[in-house]
Amino acid sequence: MGQTMVQKILARGAGKKSVEPGEIVNTKIDLCLGNDITAPVAISEFNRMGAETVFNTSRVALVPDHFTPNKDINTAKQVQIMREFAEKHRIKYYYEIGKMGVEHALLPEEGLALPGEIIIGADSHTCTYGALGAFATGVGSTDLAAAMALGEAWFKVPPAIKFEYNGKLPQWVGGKDLILYTIGEIGVDGALYRAMEFSGPAMEEMSLEGRLSMSNMAIEAGAKCGYMEPDGKVLEYAASRAAREYEPVYGDRDAEYENTFRFEVSNLEPQVAFPHKPSNVKPVSKAQEVHIHQSVIGSCTNGRIEDLRQAAGVLRGNKVPPSLRLIVIPATQEVYSQALKEGLLEIFMEAGAAVSTPTCGPCLGGHMGILAPGEKAVATTNRNFVGRMGDPQSEVYLSSPAVAAASAVAGYIIHPGEVAK
Amino acid sequence: MILEGKAWIFGDDIDTDAIIPARYLNTHDPEELARHCMEDADPEFASKVSRGDFIVAGKNFGCGSSREHAPISIKAAGVGGIIAVSFARIFFRNAMNIGLPIWECPEAVQAIQKGDSIKVDVEKGAIELPQKGYTFQATPLPEFIQQLIVNGGLVNYVRLKLGKEAL
Ligand code: SF4
Repeated sequence: MGQTMVQKILARGAGKKSVEPGEIVNTKIDLCLGNDITAPVAISEFNRMGAETVFNTSRVALVPDHFTPNKDINTAKQVQIMREFAEKHRIKYYYEIGKMGVEHALLPEEGLALPGEIIIGADSHTCTYGALGAFATGVGSTDLAAAMALGEAWFKVPPAIKFEYNGKLPQWVGGKDLILYTIGEIGVDGALYRAMEFSGPAMEEMSLEGRLSMSNMAIEAGAKCGYMEPDGKVLEYAASRAAREYEPVYGDRDAEYENTFRFEVSNLEPQVAFPHKPSNVKPVSKAQEVHIHQSVIGSCTNGRIEDLRQAAGVLRGNKVPPSLRLIVIPATQEVYSQALKEGLLEIFMEAGAAVSTPTCGPCLGGHMGILAPGEKAVATTNRNFVGRMGDPQSEVYLSSPAVAAASAVAGYIIHPGEVAK
Repeated sequence: MILEGKAWIFGDDIDTDAIIPARYLNTHDPEELARHCMEDADPEFASKVSRGDFIVAGKNFGCGSSREHAPISIKAAGVGGIIAVSFARIFFRNAMNIGLPIWECPEAVQAIQKGDSIKVDVEKGAIELPQKGYTFQATPLPEFIQQLIVNGGLVNYVRLKLGKEAL
């Protein structure tokens, strides 16, 4: 029986010929990752394990991104633990503010997430790198500690579900809309433990940024990973940035899938996930009269350069009403600087937006735009659970950057085509 | 290894906030966490559970955040293992990593009632209800996971691999 890309990557990592869904394997890992919430816990476990050194100083990435630049003394202490650990163990990939970005936007840029690799991160959105043909998944802090010590991790080999997107995506509809639509169809546990494989003509046409947004939200359907087999676009990107050698892996033609979903996307509208579940999805035309107080454009889902271009395309020549807050957060320093060169930041500021240095910030209700009771926000982030962006009485609506920008201008959720000049 | 205890029944989608509410996350101390185990799902659980008892639950047990405090509080409360229809993915990992045995077995979940005695043969994955005369076969835990459980979790597993004594 044929194997999926994920099976083949795990088999290679375990030094086996093939692996079966449900089987538990111990594999070597190519990279492990922690952030300012999870790494401090992992560091204390690492010490409890009695480990003296990390297995490889250039296979560990530490990214303080959630509460940075540090918002208070406690979060500053957490980053201090990371910084001291990174210095002591000579960790090559520790990213201080001014050089950093939101982890899942940063690592692909740095050439640290590559086709065919096995990557674990103590952060649930580690699944983002599936878009680059890697097997990447979120784990707990103890897993990260063990990985830092031994360079290995254990996995239960996931069965796969195939998603085939046929047709051509209309204007204003992209990766974020496709993944929201998909989660709306299958539910928040629709792909529990499974690998989601994205394929079909609409995926092949899609930019890398759009694909990264899709893989990013695989966890919102309960999936272990969400991936696309590496094509020309991925290989070109990886070749131009790779920080190390890598070897892409492809699934067999007769690979086995537990299920296949086929979606025709040519008439798809931009999608919006209503509170309080990422699966509570409606087309934007059904979302009118949702008046908002804040719009957030950023995060590991949609803070990349294409996202900012899309938002700027809608905001150019428009103004945000005085009573509404628009917050734009480029996901990395590189995106920030590119947006500056292209004049996008100026467009945002002229429209009346606050533009921030890279950080997770409001995405997890950390800082830089917390909601008060009763407030509503549209955001390009990935979770809209109760209290995710602030008070438990506030609400978050998830959308693409174009919809978030258009809604910031209109004051209520609206199709970008009605606002763009 | 044979585990024996009584059943405590819970429903579907028990999330990590119900297992250990965020208001208690200012500590890592297992005993303190154990005092609040399952508090928002059954306030009496922590004070009444006996060493070795089983949690029996519906689908998607442990969904929500990746906090390891959740399985830690359950283990420290004395629970011998969890039998559920299914587990959320990161909870499954975290439970294994701290040496808390868990099994997915919908048939057993359906048959078990509050207070039933349960006997589990860890090597075979056999779940027995001696009073009712039923035995259910869950997929046995893979050998590697059994080793984790016997050693008391991933921290000790790594210690042994690094040539140190178990904690
Ligand atoms: S941007 Fe949001 S979802 Fe992404 S890593 Fe940061 S907090 Fe998590």
